[in-house]
Parts: sequence; structure tokens; C-alpha cells
Amino acid sequence: MIPPFETFYAAHRDEIFRFLDRRLGRDRSEDAFQETFLRALRAYPRLEHGDHLRAWVFTIASRIVVDDVRRRKPDGELPELAVEDGLPAFEDLAPLTDDLPPKERAAIVLRYGYDLSYDEIGAAIGSSEQAARQAASAGVRRLRKEQR
Amino acid sequence: MTISPSFDERFRAAAATAGLLDVAFDVVPDTPVGTLLIGVTERGVCRISFDPEPEHHLEELARAYGPRVLRSSKPIEQMRRELDEYFEGRRQRFDIATDVRGIPAYYEKVLAELAHVEYGHTTTYGALAALTGNPRAARAVGTVMNRNPIPIVLPCHRVIGASGSLTGYGGGLDKKEHLLRLEGAIL
Repeated sequence: MIPPFETFYAAHRDEIFRFLDRRLGRDRSEDAFQETFLRALRAYPRLEHGDHLRAWVFTIASRIVVDDVRRRKPDGELPELAVEDGLPAFEDLAPLTDDLPPKERAAIVLRYGYDLSYDEIGAAIGSSEQAARQAASAGVRRLRKEQR
Repeated sequence: MTISPSFDERFRAAAATAGLLDVAFDVVPDTPVGTLLIGVTERGVCRISFDPEPEHHLEELARAYGPRVLRSSKPIEQMRRELDEYFEGRRQRFDIATDVRGIPAYYEKVLAELAHVEYGHTTTYGALAALTGNPRAARAVGTVMNRNPIPIVLPCHRVIGASGSLTGYGGGLDKKEHLLRLEGAIL
């Protein structure tokens, strides 16, 4: 069951606002905030369940941060975000990680898909930096095992 | 650090403008019949409630109309204006369309008949039951009235007991009395 959008929005708007404000600064965070939740709203009816909405919306916000930074510094180095071309998007990682436990899956997608730091991933999945690091490495171990 | 009100308002307005909402709702304080919660879809008004607590409505609205339910003031402006005019005695009929998607067929039939009861007039539960094909279904009609999703616009306040007593009203009997007085249906 997917919660009404109002419930989802009210639960996450403040932390998404803080996240964007920290990454982009006040001037650019307003547009990024609108864009994050408008994208979420567009995709919302296609969600199959209401699990991990927090990680999901952080994923959208992270993507927008990456795009914003890229747009502004097309040639230069990207501060904080070590973004490279060919970065696997959420869509590319999703099928590979389908069978992982949700927390490990979210940690892997946010780490390797969006290059979030572990403290940000921790914030996104509701646990500590340490737990986020452990979830990502446990996920990677599990994927290796499955591929054998 | 919490989000600034301007960010919040801007998003809510943008969501509505982009046509991305299944239901937009808002709370209208201090009408002559108390604080109301109003919900609209792209098709028309879908909810008016005397219980203005959004939490009590969100899940049900999401089930009936889709999960993109968001508080946003702009989409409900037309309904709000028409209600203002009605409460000021300047409007006897609502122009806004109604959206009662997904209710049982019998409810739909009764509410369709109800919509024809004119301003300033009353009818009875039994008479409405007769119009929908079963004169003995007065009690069933009462249940439909009690669950009317769009009171005031669908005028269940104009349905009274055969004896002339006001009988009951989902929003409280005093509200029913107020509306009938406003319309000059009772003294």
C-alpha cells in the first residue's frame, strides 16, 4: 500500500530540503526541491509498494544534485561528488540488485549509482554511517556469491 | 531546520499546475457551518467534510481517486468561491461538477436523485426512496445521506423525516438547521 502523497511529502520534505541545501546552497536548492518532489509525484502512481520511500526520494534528490553540478561545471572537477561519465543510474543497478535485502539494495544503489557518502546513505535509509557502510559491503558480498 | 513556507507553497502550487494530482484538498476555516475540508479532482468536487482533519480523509481519498493526494489551495478556489456565495445567499445552485467515482451503484442513483432537490425545498427519505424505485428503502436512503461525500453541494440537508422532523445530519443537526434556514426552507 502506497501512502497518500501528502503523508509521504510531509514525512520527507524537511530532510530533503536540508540535504539539498547542504549540497547546493540556498540559491539552487529551491529549484532542486521542486524538481525532486515533482519527479517523485510523476513516478508515484507507478510505485509497486510503499517500502523504502525515504531511500527512493533521496535517490531522486541525489540524481538532481548530480545533474545540477554537472550542468554548472561541464568540464571542471566536481566538488564533493566524484561523478564520472557512465555512472550506472538507478535503472541500471536496479535489476542486478533486485534480490538483495532492501537495506543492502538501497545502500548499493545510493553508493555506486549516485556516489553518496556513507553518512548521506545512512541518513537516507535511516541508520548510522557505519550501518550504511556495512549494508553496502554485505550487499556486495551477496552479489558476488550470487554471481558464482 | 525545517522547510521554508514559500518552498512548501511553491511546490504545492506547482504540483497542481502540472496536473499531477489525483486529489487536491484544503481546509476552509470559519464558514457559517464550521471549518470544512474540501477535496477536488480534475473532474470536480469529490469531498466536502465537516471533519476538517486531513488525517481522517487521506487514506480514503487515496483509495478512491489515486495516491497523489496533496493539500493545495489553488485547485479548490472555485468550490470555495461558490460556497462563499451560497453562504451569503447569492447562489442557489452550484456550477462545479461532482466526482463520486467508485461508489456503489445504488448510492450513485440516490445521490443523482438528491441532486435534483431544489434550493429552499425539502423532500423526505421515503420520497427519495420511491424515486429510486423502492418506496420502502427509506432507511437505506438515510444511510446514503449519512455517507454523502459532498454535503451542501449534494443537498442531503434538504431530506427530512416524513413527520417533518429534521431527523439527522452527518455534520450535526445544528448545521442542517442552519442550511435550511439560510435557504428559507424552515423558519
